[in-house]
Amino acid sequence: MNILADIISATVLFAIPLLLVALGGMFSERSGIINIALDGIMIIGALLGCHTLKWLDPAVTAGNLGSQVAVMIAILVAGVAGIALSLLLAFSAINLRADQTIGGTALNMFAPAFSIVLTWAILGQGQTTMTLPTWVRIVQNNFGKEASGTFGDMLVFKSLYATHFLCIILFAAAVILLYKTKFGLRLRACGEHPQAADSVGINVYKMRYAGVMISGFLGGIGGMSFVFAVGGFQSEVAGYGFLALAVMIFGNWKPWSILGAAFFFSFFRVIGNYASSIPFMPKLSNVEGVTTYLWPSIPYVVTVILLILTSKRSRAPKAEGIPYDKGQR
Amino acid sequence: MAETTNKPTKANESEYVIEMLNITKEFPGIKANDNITLQLKKGEIHALLGENGAGKSTLMSVLFGLYQPEAGCIKKNGEVVKINDPNDANMLNIGMVHQHFKLVECFSVLDNIILGVEPNTAGFLKKKDARKKVLDLSERYGLHVDPDAIVEDISVGMQQRTEILKMLYRDNEILIFDEPTAVLTPQEIDELMRIMRGFANEGKSILFITHKLAEIMAVADRCTVLRKGKYIGTVNIADTTPQELSRMMVGRNVNFKVDKQDMEPGEVVLEVNGITVPSKLHKGNSVQDVSFNVRRGEIVTLAGIEGNGQTQFVYALTGLDKPTAGSIKLCGKDITKMAIRDRSKMGMSHIPEDRHKHGLVLDYSLEQNMVLQKYWDPQFQSMGFIKFDAVREYSERLIEQYDVRSGQGPITMARSMSGGNQQKAIVAREIDKDPELLVAVQPTRGLDVGAIEYIHKQIVAQRDAGKAVLLVSLELDEVMNLSDRILVMYEGEIVGEFDPKVTTTEELGLYMAGAKRQER
Repeated sequence: MNILADIISATVLFAIPLLLVALGGMFSERSGIINIALDGIMIIGALLGCHTLKWLDPAVTAGNLGSQVAVMIAILVAGVAGIALSLLLAFSAINLRADQTIGGTALNMFAPAFSIVLTWAILGQGQTTMTLPTWVRIVQNNFGKEASGTFGDMLVFKSLYATHFLCIILFAAAVILLYKTKFGLRLRACGEHPQAADSVGINVYKMRYAGVMISGFLGGIGGMSFVFAVGGFQSEVAGYGFLALAVMIFGNWKPWSILGAAFFFSFFRVIGNYASSIPFMPKLSNVEGVTTYLWPSIPYVVTVILLILTSKRSRAPKAEGIPYDKGQR
Repeated sequence: MAETTNKPTKANESEYVIEMLNITKEFPGIKANDNITLQLKKGEIHALLGENGAGKSTLMSVLFGLYQPEAGCIKKNGEVVKINDPNDANMLNIGMVHQHFKLVECFSVLDNIILGVEPNTAGFLKKKDARKKVLDLSERYGLHVDPDAIVEDISVGMQQRTEILKMLYRDNEILIFDEPTAVLTPQEIDELMRIMRGFANEGKSILFITHKLAEIMAVADRCTVLRKGKYIGTVNIADTTPQELSRMMVGRNVNFKVDKQDMEPGEVVLEVNGITVPSKLHKGNSVQDVSFNVRRGEIVTLAGIEGNGQTQFVYALTGLDKPTAGSIKLCGKDITKMAIRDRSKMGMSHIPEDRHKHGLVLDYSLEQNMVLQKYWDPQFQSMGFIKFDAVREYSERLIEQYDVRSGQGPITMARSMSGGNQQKAIVAREIDKDPELLVAVQPTRGLDVGAIEYIHKQIVAQRDAGKAVLLVSLELDEVMNLSDRILVMYEGEIVGEFDPKVTTTEELGLYMAGAKRQER
């Protein structure tokens, strides 16, 4: 039973960064900008979030600052850092009308390099691993209870972080923002037919900036939640930004489908990681590298296969990737 | 009769709701608008007539604040106004139905109508009131739409009604229609005219941009004519004739009738049997079991509204796409699976619908474009090396013979040429191949009157020379003037065959709209 609780809680834990980042990508692409820089945005968000936690650590251990307050500050810093990086993409894609894929790729190359430089500068030469302070995780103690070791207890408190609650709020907000507000209607129009949006007086440039900035915010927070999920940060996010792009495409640029896709991919990742401890999985222990290489590759292989199978019915925003030029009509 | 009397008229109020006075707008190397004046009275339907490139679109872009004119001013009710962007135009109650609709295809009709002026509380949409207003408006003006339908699923006519409702929803008083009839059947055109008159009777002012004289004569009160960026004049429709208007538009007398002798068609050249092409957009077929033949010395026209499978049929015929069923025979030989070049060598010439995509290599020179169908011929190459002198000589002959005008002759980049001359270059290349079958798809789309006349003459000359001609056209005037036989296509099927001498555009319209079909 414990392994079932483990699998479920781990699935949720890893689905969160995928969901947040894919939602971010959705906002950007729905406004018409391909945001391939999500991986870089996650790294920058995670980087500054981790450093914030490290900086706040003495205050929390001394009892001057509530642990979850510190976590929220770090998450906010991660989001803002994500916005800052995404603004570079927005500027190149919207103002300079640069190729969005190349602009995004440049940021993806910049982010891990910058992250290593900054981490070395702060921690010292060669120090790339940042570990999370133990007080980050929400445990039974936070609610004034003792660990009981029951199934429910395992399920909930095995790995619970502030991002769990935040993710629910952000997902609901994303759905409402996209479908129930004036802003969402205009944003979607800009990604489908910017000329039409322009002709009814909508500022396409502003809407696209907004879309990219939202993706930066969610991408940064997603980066932080990835660090929570893996328990540390080594200047990379294991390609989760790209996996999130796949989740977004598999989710057909729609929030509810993205939610499903995120859990689907996360489940396969967890299966991959727990494969050796799940009874019904083939052991293959005599083959070298199965547990270290083959099982962890499952989510990525599944991604490739699923994208091939579903790419036919996927429908991207029509105007994504095309720089909008007011003069051209 | 059109004036409404519910508002007291101020003594100093201008006779005109909108005036564009002495507008001049220059682009590098060209004066798109040269001292143009356009005055629109309240409650009138005012036509704006001119050929492609006469400056109509530029003038409208100035009115919507997309361009700032170098000289001249815009007045609303006699007061000078400054229009910096479309929002300003909207504030002045000016609305426009664009030639290419500005609709978001995956949105519902209602979402498209409210986009930009969404009713909301604190940013949250309130669609209920909007829906009621849209339903009221559509009821009141007889504009039937389903507010919840997705735009990409509805007919072009309904998309246009959505655009009109967009203007009405914004309470626009000045309504601009840019070439609104190009995509409609004759019946839908009548309906639109009726709606436009209804607006005028309510005191709304209408500016109707077109190059179709019959429509102007039918519906407009006055007409302003532009030619090559210059203002030619404004006339009352009651005091003028179509001949007069066309002379103002083109600058000379135009022969609208194509001279064509009766001819007895010869043997069958093209035999199409049960051609079926699957659709790229939906599960069904875009071309369904199409069969017909074309004989020597006749022009057979495929008529129909855009998007009824004509394009896909031509793709299958010319080898750009593969049919899933049926066969095509050219001069008795099965060419269904033949490569494009082999079809061409067999004697099929193709003037494509999209001259930029399939007709020319835009960044090649004129001479290179002219040998695209022949460069492999020993006349133009030996052992894979192009004989540049022969190419030059050949292209110079074609340029001379077909009157292709360009800046630098054979070495002009195709991209820099005007649409009419690009088309002439394609016509020259395809006709000079001395084909058995000429497939001409919308050969006069977007061309001015002079070029249209020329291309029509060339097509008729091919037929008179005993070639088989298959014409695909959306323009009913062209269909009626050129054809010896008319086939109407609707939703991928041929629904009727007609003799242009005994049929009428109204009858064709019923078939084009799918309201009637013949059993064949």
